[in-house]
Amino acid sequence: MPNILVVEDSPTMRQLISFAMKRIPNSHVIEATDGVDALKKMSADTVDLILCDINMPVMDGLKLVSLVRGNPVYKDIPIIIITTEGAEEDKKRALAIGANAYLPKPIQTQELIKLVTTYLTALKK
Amino acid sequence: MDKETGVSNKADEFFQMFRRGEEFTKDLLKENEKLRYRIAELEESVERSGDEARTKLYEERIALFEEEIASLREKFAQVEEENKDFASKYIEVEEENNNLANLYVASYQLHSTLDFSEVLRIVLEIVINLIGAEKFTILLIDDKTNELVPVASEGITTTDAPRVKIGQGRVGTVAKKGDSYFSENLEHTGKIDMLEPIVCIPLKIKEHVIGVISIYSLLMQKAGFSNMDYELFNLLAGHAATAIFSSKLYTQSERKLTTIQSFLDLLKEKPKK
Repeated sequence: MPNILVVEDSPTMRQLISFAMKRIPNSHVIEATDGVDALKKMSADTVDLILCDINMPVMDGLKLVSLVRGNPVYKDIPIIIITTEGAEEDKKRALAIGANAYLPKPIQTQELIKLVTTYLTALKK
Repeated sequence: MDKETGVSNKADEFFQMFRRGEEFTKDLLKENEKLRYRIAELEESVERSGDEARTKLYEERIALFEEEIASLREKFAQVEEENKDFASKYIEVEEENNNLANLYVASYQLHSTLDFSEVLRIVLEIVINLIGAEKFTILLIDDKTNELVPVASEGITTTDAPRVKIGQGRVGTVAKKGDSYFSENLEHTGKIDMLEPIVCIPLKIKEHVIGVISIYSLLMQKAGFSNMDYELFNLLAGHAATAIFSSKLYTQSERKLTTIQSFLDLLKEKPKK
């Protein structure tokens, strides 16, 4: 059962993403409100994939991505950024830090489900 | 002499008989040869006629198979067409499902609290994350002054947003008439006119307008509005209005209750002698 960590400070967006993830068979969603909360949840549970916002209080998404990539235990976890920042340079920066994919808001649920399924399928192989 | 002649006659007779026997044998052999040839001919003809019958049978079968293949091809094409139909219907249903999920989450969040400021925050979140607006304000009607007063905003400081008289400009007209406004030009110009939003949605409880959501610019990646966006605008017009109105009333009544309670506590206190 893949564990998907949704890191998002907006409760509406968090619920929306979690709702979409429930449609992926056998998946389990763990929710975190910011980067620090995400790291706490990661130490308590196995995480297979991270969906992460950029602009968050306490610790933003980019900092979280760099910390995850710098940790040998977590470094291979796929990270998908979901953000309102739609500029090409923001995307390049996030991918350079180590994010696997970048989805600007407002997201298309089908696109998100497809992307997550692709990464989870690749993990199985 | 007679004896010799008799022997010679008998020899001749025997010789003649032998020759006749020889000729007869030859005739028999010829006849036999002819018969063999005839048998071979007949056998060949029987065989040929069998082949022809078989060929005819095979040809009939081939024709039947070809008919079957053609019919199967036709059925396959039909099924393929049906499959395409189902696939496109599936995509439509999926999209509708996702849209309903978005609407469900939005309305669930809107009615999840009675805290006025939290309801405003949820409306902001919906407009940013689900619609993709960059700069916008939420204005509520102040019944005392008959003005639209900015109560929350994104990308603009609330204090910078002007108060708008009911009926004044685009925003005031939307508040007065209760009809949504959508600009045809959604280009990202970078310039903002606070009285000329690109979208203005009235917040209505039935036909009573309590305020408006005024959008001035969209996120750079948002090129235009989808059907889902219009559904969300409709949802906001009704549900956000109800949620804002009820939370405002609740917050006011809570405040009044606290005041009354304090007043009662004061009255209950024993007068100092």
